[in-house]
Amino acid sequence: MALLELRNLTRRFGNLTAVDNVSLSIEAGEFFTLLGPSGCGKTTILRMIAGFDLPDAGEILLDGKNISDTPPEKRPLHTVFQSYALFPHLSVADNVAFPLKMSKVSADETRLRVQEMLDTVHLSDKAEAFPHELSGGQKQRVALARGLVNKPRLLLLDEPLGALDHKLREEMQIELINLQRNVGVTFVFVTHSQPEALALSHRIAVMNEGRVEQMDSPPTIYSRPSNRFVADFIGDINMMNAQIDAFDGMQLRLSVAGLGAIVAPARVETKTGQAGAFAIRPEQVVIGAPDEHAELANRFSGTLRDFLYVGDVTTYKVELANGTIIQALLPNAAPGKARFFEVGDRVTVAWPAESGMFLHE
Amino acid sequence: MNKEKLTRWLVSGPPFLFMVVFFVLPALIMVVASFRFPGEHGGLAPMFENSSWQFTLETYQFFFSDFIYTEIFLKSFLIAGLTTVICIAMAYPVALLITRVPKRFRDVMILLVVLPFASNFLIRVYAWMIILGPQSAFSVAINSVVTAFGFEPVPLLFSPFAVIVGMVYVHLPFMVLPLYTNLEKHDPILLDAAQDLGANAWRRFWKVTWPLSLPGVYAGSALVFIPVLGMFAVPDILGGTGDILIGNLIKEQFLGTRDWPFGSTLSIMLTLAVLAIAALAMRFSRKSLSYA
Repeated sequence: MALLELRNLTRRFGNLTAVDNVSLSIEAGEFFTLLGPSGCGKTTILRMIAGFDLPDAGEILLDGKNISDTPPEKRPLHTVFQSYALFPHLSVADNVAFPLKMSKVSADETRLRVQEMLDTVHLSDKAEAFPHELSGGQKQRVALARGLVNKPRLLLLDEPLGALDHKLREEMQIELINLQRNVGVTFVFVTHSQPEALALSHRIAVMNEGRVEQMDSPPTIYSRPSNRFVADFIGDINMMNAQIDAFDGMQLRLSVAGLGAIVAPARVETKTGQAGAFAIRPEQVVIGAPDEHAELANRFSGTLRDFLYVGDVTTYKVELANGTIIQALLPNAAPGKARFFEVGDRVTVAWPAESGMFLHE
Repeated sequence: MNKEKLTRWLVSGPPFLFMVVFFVLPALIMVVASFRFPGEHGGLAPMFENSSWQFTLETYQFFFSDFIYTEIFLKSFLIAGLTTVICIAMAYPVALLITRVPKRFRDVMILLVVLPFASNFLIRVYAWMIILGPQSAFSVAINSVVTAFGFEPVPLLFSPFAVIVGMVYVHLPFMVLPLYTNLEKHDPILLDAAQDLGANAWRRFWKVTWPLSLPGVYAGSALVFIPVLGMFAVPDILGGTGDILIGNLIKEQFLGTRDWPFGSTLSIMLTLAVLAIAALAMRFSRKSLSYA
């Protein structure tokens, strides 16, 4: 049985349907992420799980029991808020002890468990400090310790890394993965940052306009997005309108207006004549001199229009015959060489028949 | 002197001078007066007479020789403390309510809190004479209940009860305003966090709202407690003959018996007592507010 199950959950604010008939189930021990742009309903779902908001329709089941009518303080789950919401008048140790005091754990056991929890998040030396004396990363760890100390069935995390700077965020991501593995508590994580979701999660539900667009493991979401929204939202992708000319069970033959034919792998149920989009990740596209890459099935010539150098890789933007801009990512691995082409060069972009995908409208 | 320094003196000079002339000097004059002899027809006797300085500790001896003065001091502190506690209990829900109503109602509610200041203080206190008088609907209602239980009817006016009612009424806005200013700054997410971590409404108040509001409680208490100690108009108008407080005692020395040295002594004792309490309160509050 799933630990948490949402059944046909719906929440409306006036005319706006913030959450539209969402059903999903989360297994015990999972690191589950709700990912989507702001306003997609992910935070509303989190608030309904925590009990701060009530669904207009549908059920929330925890361990098979409907908790829709249970007030937040009686639900065996805790939340880590984006702003941490640490109590400013309590020391770190008292903040962490708060949920234990609320559930009337004895003083001796409270001291023991607070100590243990502070050890886990490497904050034993800050037990007597007050929140205003801590750095952002330390506050974050106190919030995690406070959320985990009473062994909740579920920990909800509302964009907890949003307020940290880039370097610290990457450190906290690794800490978060280790922490979740060590304590074995189920995490439900809300974020709008797709690299964060890909790095942390066992499973991701990509949301848009109140609905779940796709629910899968990070590699599946990235390599086999189920529709244009997911493909576009997760990572960078080249997309062009295309139509299916032929389908032989293994391969699709697509036609792109003004460009010609593309051979692509057949993955979804398709019919000849169907319109949709051909999509390919920039790192799957190779770029070369006009006479290079003759062995690849899909090969187009174009003009280099622009490039973006970010150190480890360079993204080249190539304009094809029909005006489409296609991006190709090239690692700058050759010593002393950071760029291989100049703006205005005639180049070839190419990819094998197994790369890319066809997406339905 | 550079320009910045000059500006600083020009800005802070006049109020500084004002405080020296009208607060520090009179206070020093009062200290000196407390060691002088009363004049034959009231006021003060000359400081230098019969080729010697005329100073004495008589008034201080007098203060401690008769327990009645200490008793009036203790009673005044009791009344002030009681008034403060009642003000906290009554102002807290009001202040909390103002922070919870939609923003457009807040200003109106604040206005209602300070509206009584628009009319004369004495008139407002006299109004309580009518409200608490023996013929008032309030008195009649109370006494009909009291007599129904077989007791003698109680006079409400000219009693310690009336004094406290008057004191609370006059000082309530001074408690509401600092409390509101404090409560308004609380981050509501903290209450969500407390609820999420298992605190019911009662515990959310006592574990989060109340401790965070203590600076406001202390500020309001100072604004109520200290003025009540020196207040003489309310006990004069609403209290009985036995309900005089320090304020009345001091006023009597200056305007009634015209014993200025003793009046000065009483004032100094009051100031010292208030300072002692303030020092204690500061020590106490610093301990509990170490996060601020």
